[in-house]
Amino acid sequence: MLNITLGESKIACQADETVLDALLKANIQIPYGCRQGVCQSCLMRSLDATPPVTAQAGLKDTLQAQNYFLACRCHPEQDMKVALPDRQGALLEACVVKKQQLSPEIIRLVLQYDAELAFFAGQFVNLQRFDGLMRSYSIANSPQYDKTLEFHIRRLPNGQFSNWVHDELEPGTKLTLTEAQGSCHYLPGRTEQPLLLIGTGSGLAPLYGIINDALAQGHTGDIHLYHGSRNLDGLYLIDEMRELARRVGNFNYTACLSGEVIETDYRQGRAHDLALTTTQNLKGWRVYLCGHPEMVNQTKRMAYLKGASLSDIYADAFLVSH
Amino acid sequence: MTETQETTNATLFEQLGGAAAVDAAVDIFYRKVLADYRINRFFDNVDMEQQAAKQKAFLTMAFGGPHNYTGEDMRKGHERLVRMGLDDSHFDAVMEHLGGTLQELNVPEALIAQVAAIAESTRNDVLGR
Repeated sequence: MLNITLGESKIACQADETVLDALLKANIQIPYGCRQGVCQSCLMRSLDATPPVTAQAGLKDTLQAQNYFLACRCHPEQDMKVALPDRQGALLEACVVKKQQLSPEIIRLVLQYDAELAFFAGQFVNLQRFDGLMRSYSIANSPQYDKTLEFHIRRLPNGQFSNWVHDELEPGTKLTLTEAQGSCHYLPGRTEQPLLLIGTGSGLAPLYGIINDALAQGHTGDIHLYHGSRNLDGLYLIDEMRELARRVGNFNYTACLSGEVIETDYRQGRAHDLALTTTQNLKGWRVYLCGHPEMVNQTKRMAYLKGASLSDIYADAFLVSH
Repeated sequence: MTETQETTNATLFEQLGGAAAVDAAVDIFYRKVLADYRINRFFDNVDMEQQAAKQKAFLTMAFGGPHNYTGEDMRKGHERLVRMGLDDSHFDAVMEHLGGTLQELNVPEALIAQVAAIAESTRNDVLGR
């Protein structure tokens, strides 16, 4: 007999039982549906043990890497500490160490944390201000020895949090953050696969992290980044991206402007339109989409229709709250 | 009766290649459905991952694999679409894509016919009749 720990509860799991059986028998209500490993309603996450292979069959590879599993398919092989996917994990404290203006609209914010934090570049955390006001931001860097997290924060017209970050937040200030979430990140393996990354506005943040991560892990396939905004104020890190494209043979960068003003050195049009018309067939590609929800959802569908496998499309739609 | 049925179904599922075959088929099948102007309006504004998971459950059933679908589930799941005008012509279009998908995967005609028969058996429930 093995033990399953969920929050404060410790549940016995018999040899012939799945995690779902054991939780339901103990009267713990968790979502479930088909009980055949198909509908994925009973998705859970192991906080310690690596889940059995059969319990991860059919899950997106990034979720597998984060120890997600299906409770209805999981016959535990050892004691497990588990959590439901939407539960935000522990809160930890971080301190602002750097604030840098990247464009009139966008600030690079670097935080340093003390505790342990596992994350991938491209995932997101919730940042919380002293009074509890909380917003989600994507992580633009990979884990480093100096325990820092980089965010690109765009000023929204009525954004309470973003305006506070831009106007008032000072280095030395402490913020609270939740554990990293989300499945839009790079995974090693299939290094020759071509990558297409499309982002609008501060959607560059996760993509910037993913690109650096891919290159650091020796990705050899072509990497195509399309970054778009209506006007020049929404684009940033342009020189750095151009320099990277000069230096790294398999990295290609296209800066796109969709507004009326025509600037030399920039492609005219929306980033996803330009990206999709340039690439005829996406069969075998890995696709990352971050930013405006409409762009993300529309492009996800187009990329799939152009041949990209659904399991190879990673998307993060930025929902705006004021 | 139930005993023999289960044995026959399991055989079909195995002959088709089991869960791996369903995975290969879902990607092709759902793409065909989404690209078809006759029926893709029924799939606007739905979460693609959720939709693909549903397609997978449907194909698993049509392949004779393990499933918990009841006629009632089929009715409930398609109620909204019936209100949007889902009828036999749309069901036929989906059947066409199911056959096309299996042909693309080089499944023998005799097995395709068995899959089509299982899918066909859901017609009245899907169309709420």
